[in-house]
Amino acid sequence: MCRLFAITSETPLSPMRALEALDVMREGHDGSGVGLFMRDLGGPFEYMKEAPILSGIFTETGIKRLDDFMMEIGFLTKYRLSIHISEAPPPGIPQRDVYLIRAYDYPKSWNRLSAREKYARLLILRLELQEMGMAENDMIVFSFWPDVIMIKEIGDPLSVAEHLQIDRAEIQAGVIMAQGRQNTNYAIDLYACHPFFLEGYSTMTNGENTAFVPIKEYLISREFHGYRGYQSDSEVFTHILHYTIAKLGLEIECYKHIVTPLKDEDIDVHPDAVLLKHLKHTCRRLIIDGPNCVIGSLPDHSLFMVQDSKKLRPGVVGGRPGVFAFSSEICGLDAVIPDRDRSKDFQPMHLDTAIVGPDRQEVKICSQTQPLPLFH
Amino acid sequence: MFSDPAVAPFSLSLKDLPWWIDWDNSKCTLCGKCTAVCPVHAIELGVFRRRKVQTPLNFSAQPSQETSLYYGIRQKTDPASACIGCAMCSMVCPNDAIIPRRSDEADKLRYHVDQGGSPRNRGGRRNVSESLLDRIKFIRISMLTDPALDAGRHEFELKTLLGRVLPPEENFRRMKEREWIPPIREIYPLIIGSMSFGALSPNMWEGLQLGVAYLNEELKMPVRICTGEGGCPPRLLRSRFLKYVILQIASGYFGWDEIIHAIPHMKEDPCAVEIKYGQGAKPGDGGLLMWYKVNKLISAIRGVPMGVSLPSPPTHQTKYSIEESVAKMIQSMSMAWGFRVPVYPKISGTSTAAAVLNNLSRNPYASGLSIDGEDGGTGAAYNVSMNHMGHPIASNLRDCYLNLVKIGRQNEIPLFAGGGIGKNGNLAANAAALIMLGASGVQIGKYIMQAAAGCVGSESDRCNICNIGRCPKGITSQDPRLYRRLDVDLVARRVVDVYLSFDTELKKIVAPLGRSTTLPIGMSDALGINDPAVAERLDIKYVV
Ligand code: SF4
Ligand code: SF4
Repeated sequence: MCRLFAITSETPLSPMRALEALDVMREGHDGSGVGLFMRDLGGPFEYMKEAPILSGIFTETGIKRLDDFMMEIGFLTKYRLSIHISEAPPPGIPQRDVYLIRAYDYPKSWNRLSAREKYARLLILRLELQEMGMAENDMIVFSFWPDVIMIKEIGDPLSVAEHLQIDRAEIQAGVIMAQGRQNTNYAIDLYACHPFFLEGYSTMTNGENTAFVPIKEYLISREFHGYRGYQSDSEVFTHILHYTIAKLGLEIECYKHIVTPLKDEDIDVHPDAVLLKHLKHTCRRLIIDGPNCVIGSLPDHSLFMVQDSKKLRPGVVGGRPGVFAFSSEICGLDAVIPDRDRSKDFQPMHLDTAIVGPDRQEVKICSQTQPLPLFH
Repeated sequence: MFSDPAVAPFSLSLKDLPWWIDWDNSKCTLCGKCTAVCPVHAIELGVFRRRKVQTPLNFSAQPSQETSLYYGIRQKTDPASACIGCAMCSMVCPNDAIIPRRSDEADKLRYHVDQGGSPRNRGGRRNVSESLLDRIKFIRISMLTDPALDAGRHEFELKTLLGRVLPPEENFRRMKEREWIPPIREIYPLIIGSMSFGALSPNMWEGLQLGVAYLNEELKMPVRICTGEGGCPPRLLRSRFLKYVILQIASGYFGWDEIIHAIPHMKEDPCAVEIKYGQGAKPGDGGLLMWYKVNKLISAIRGVPMGVSLPSPPTHQTKYSIEESVAKMIQSMSMAWGFRVPVYPKISGTSTAAAVLNNLSRNPYASGLSIDGEDGGTGAAYNVSMNHMGHPIASNLRDCYLNLVKIGRQNEIPLFAGGGIGKNGNLAANAAALIMLGASGVQIGKYIMQAAAGCVGSESDRCNICNIGRCPKGITSQDPRLYRRLDVDLVARRVVDVYLSFDTELKKIVAPLGRSTTLPIGMSDALGINDPAVAERLDIKYVV
């Protein structure tokens, strides 16, 4: 079972903290891959919150093709975080040419566009780059979004961090999600490494999604170009989150009602019974079944955790005002926030969504039996 | 030269018949029960002659002979009285002295059943025992990659939806603006399919209804039953049990006068209205209730004279195009109940099903589609329709489902599949296979007749005389002397047994797949078959 760790902090932290937590939980993952998601960035990126940042892995030719492509559209490099790989990678980590984290200035012609339109175009460009990379095998693009950096690589999390020199002042973030991968079902594939990202929404999961095929079919048939990929059955969790909030206009509290709706008899006595019944019927194809713990990050910098309807996976949230973390195991939490009130640690159960908002002052627990916020 | 009148072209010997009667003289007590019970008078009391020749060993005495008579059972060979293998004679024989046996080669009777120029018609089934559904395996078993669920201990929600499910965006828009949202029923995915009052005897109908009511009221299983085209007894129409009933309207509109008049008095809405356009057992042919079965009760409920055959036209007379008249019919039926009742068509499996579906997807009032495959059963049909017409259900359903996936309406229009489910007894496995191929639920007919009422029909052309009103078990007869054989309460009890055991088996299938909170509709990655062509056709895994 993969191990998950996510942290949200008022003062930006190095992602090493999250990777250390994964290392403490290393009995639970086999070091077959690591994924990092960072937002609310510190360091040099703090001063360019609006600039879209491209994260990915490139070959030398891939970089050239990227530059040509971006130049053509009018994107200019604003800031580049170069990760020079001087030595041969340690065993288990593949040889790569360039790990790229690059912030861009928008093309001049985009100035008149609304933020919404800009974002829509960013997604199209990322998908295009992803496809170009797939065709030539020379680029892997994880994200292209303002204030977001993603790094994924095959191998043991700490070795990867060392190899990529992740422990440096320029890489800091207020929201960090990290996954240590336990390879079970698939050949080791970078695309299957969590977290996944779509238009500002990101999730990572451990578990098994037995409803993958119907969910995938349903998302693909929504005719939204972002719903594609699905090399991993967990990618759908990110897309369901996106669909819930960005497409249906619902709040995060509804996410759990979509992926794991209440039983019919519990809906009948719920104050929002009518809404929930409609939600359950109309979003039936998005119900997950099987063991899953989902940790996700929202565009407003909230972090959250939900569990499957039988609560078959471990997960705990704890911290103190200013910094909170979500972890698969308590030892991960202990490693990173030892000076917290442990009696306030909370393990979300089968009905709970645990949310730490952008103010990072408390853990909000919503139970599915509570009334829902209204549509926005 | 004159022919020998005793041997006509259509004269048959016992060897030419499909079923032979084995009668054991040494056990028979000549009680006459078998001949009395035989529904087709295939056997009669026979007088046989026995001759005994005695040849003495010494030459002085003359050989002699002794002739005697004995009485026994004689099997008739004229086509009209050919044994149907029902084995009622065995059932009633106190001494186990008689049993029908299948002949050892294809019979010759089949060439002569059309005496008078009328081709064979019968009830029952297609008489082909092979089943593709039986060959589909459930290959995804969660064990170590994640904890498997426990069919006995975990909670399962195995309901399905019948009704038009709007896309969430549209649904919420209508909720906000207080517009009409199509009705949706949460029902059990195993439906008792359309068998009419008339095709079935009153006791059978009552037994089924009683069983369904018990399942709902006592066991909280939302099982539904469809009336078939024959109306609905007035008392049921005005009772609260109507909500467990899907009313069927078909091209003969039998019984609908009564139903329409009862609408103002209904305490509950029916579960749904099924508009039958076709039936898997006899595609392209309408319903048929032969005159034998149209007695006083049936004629009253259906609003027709007694003793006349009731063939429904093959198509609805008002139907000239799917875009207009079918849409209008669906709309009118919805309107009759104030748009509170789901209305869906039932068609026979056909290569044109996808076109029908496409049209339905554009009709805002269509709440589903029921497809009845070639293995569906019937109370009466021509042999040729039953044996040679129709489309296998698996690929028909799968094509329709994938078509819906392609246009993104897989959650919108539920597909229900019927025809041959459980034909070899594997009810839950067959149902689960169809669900994972894309069905929201399945409909059964023959299975429930066999399991709940002891129908003796089988896939080797046994019995199958449901059409002539002489059903030896009283299931499809309107003759009180026959249907009083059927105990209403025992039928109900068996209906309940069937559903409870089906439920357990279904859980045994879905639990290892890791599914418990939704039916695994379209979960095709869990299916495999050992035939590459079938695997490719159905888009499931090829496993050997
Ligand atoms: S098997 Fe049925 S049809 Fe044949 S002789 Fe016996 S009772 Fe009559
Ligand atoms: S037992 Fe009755 S219902 Fe069954 S095949 Fe024979 S006639 Fe038909």
